[in-house]
Amino acid sequence: MEADLSTPYRARDHARAKHGTVIEAMPTIPVTAAHDVPADIERKSLIWDETLAAGEYTSRVLRRGSRLRMINKLGDACAQFLAYNADRPIERLNVADTVKVQWNAYLGEGKLLLSDMGRVLMSITRDTCGRHDTFCGASSEWSNTRLYGEGANHSPFPSARDRFLLALQKYGLGKKDIAPSISFFRSVRIHEDGSMHFVASASAAGQVVELRAEMNVLVIIANCPHVLDPNPQYTATPLRVIGYRGPVAPADDSIRNAGPENQRAFENTDDYFLD
Amino acid sequence: MPTHYEFTIPARAPWSHVVTKGQAIRITDLKGNQAVDCVLYNAHDPAERYSASETIVAQKNIFLEMGTILYSNEGRAMMTITVDTCGRHDTSGGACSCESNTLRYGHHTRHQHACVENFLYELARHGLGKRDLVSNINWFMNVPVLEDGALGIVDGISAPGKYLELRAQMDTLVVISNCPQINNPCNGFDPTPVQVVIQDH
Repeated sequence: MEADLSTPYRARDHARAKHGTVIEAMPTIPVTAAHDVPADIERKSLIWDETLAAGEYTSRVLRRGSRLRMINKLGDACAQFLAYNADRPIERLNVADTVKVQWNAYLGEGKLLLSDMGRVLMSITRDTCGRHDTFCGASSEWSNTRLYGEGANHSPFPSARDRFLLALQKYGLGKKDIAPSISFFRSVRIHEDGSMHFVASASAAGQVVELRAEMNVLVIIANCPHVLDPNPQYTATPLRVIGYRGPVAPADDSIRNAGPENQRAFENTDDYFLD
Repeated sequence: MPTHYEFTIPARAPWSHVVTKGQAIRITDLKGNQAVDCVLYNAHDPAERYSASETIVAQKNIFLEMGTILYSNEGRAMMTITVDTCGRHDTSGGACSCESNTLRYGHHTRHQHACVENFLYELARHGLGKRDLVSNINWFMNVPVLEDGALGIVDGISAPGKYLELRAQMDTLVVISNCPQINNPCNGFDPTPVQVVIQDH
């Protein structure tokens, strides 16, 4: 029988009866209520716990030193990712500089995410996956339409590009701020002739990528299928995102000192924070 | 009267021009091994611009060569490479900047001229700015990717007189930085002029 919602009081009670509903893909608010917090993360340092189902997106400002852990819970998530200087978002992730400065196209533990101003936005402090993509950018309405028959943002198959746009709009940013992006947990490999080959899912549940904010950063994450994913179904398994407070990279940090490019990138970043 | 525009872009200089639908632009590496950094915009709506990822995903290959269609961030064809005597071109290596030069070569390079400086200067003439700088093309530049992911700007495969031609499929604002980089082989350590010719196709 349908509820009788003929008065505002009945409608209010009906709405209020939903309080406390828990589903898998949602933010944990307050974060102190988070379940299954990884044993190595101190509960009191938690600042963010959220799970994204297929097609969902999120964004957050993380202070310098904070950690962002992304967990590929069932092995088939794809974290399409953008990052900005939160204080001055005209400075943003530059994927070309990221691969060029580090002399390698494939991201992994110890690698930096560089801004277009010669500074370190974030560094990859932990990576149990090792397969990420810096070439293919975000899925789009037209790529999803080609793959799944429809790809509009309001359809069941939203694209990462549209998710980025919505996240950016909420910060007063927009279409022009959609820079080339990274896909974590999904990869292509480049052959000598330049051809690109999607790396099939290894379905390793629980893969972790952890990033350390080296500046105050705005991160935007959309859990959408990779643009070259051959799966004819629009699928991405849940992506858990955990943020927690941590110290700024110390002087003897191994990533900071991994090479002259890293050292100078951190020097530029330190210089920026002098006041 | 048929269109014929011809200009020699001096070493280290920026340049821009609208190439209308149906016209072709020829870019000639006059002295050899000169990287020509290039960004493209829809001349009527510059929020639509060249996208390296759209372009390379469409052809499933990271190199630009004869037949490559250059796609916008809206997934539409902007230009097509109809002639190419060089062989392949880069779109992964980005544009050199004062800031990234300090990471790549040392803090002493901070005040050397760079492509991003050229782009910002030239974009300002069109009411555009830093937000409009996303991915770019590097004509005549050679950036291989090895099996382990190693990537770098290496000796060029271009030579004096090599050229390419692009046919415009929409009215396209073409913005070029004739690369001033002197710290790597992209210009043979000696930036030189390049020629652009625009004519009806």
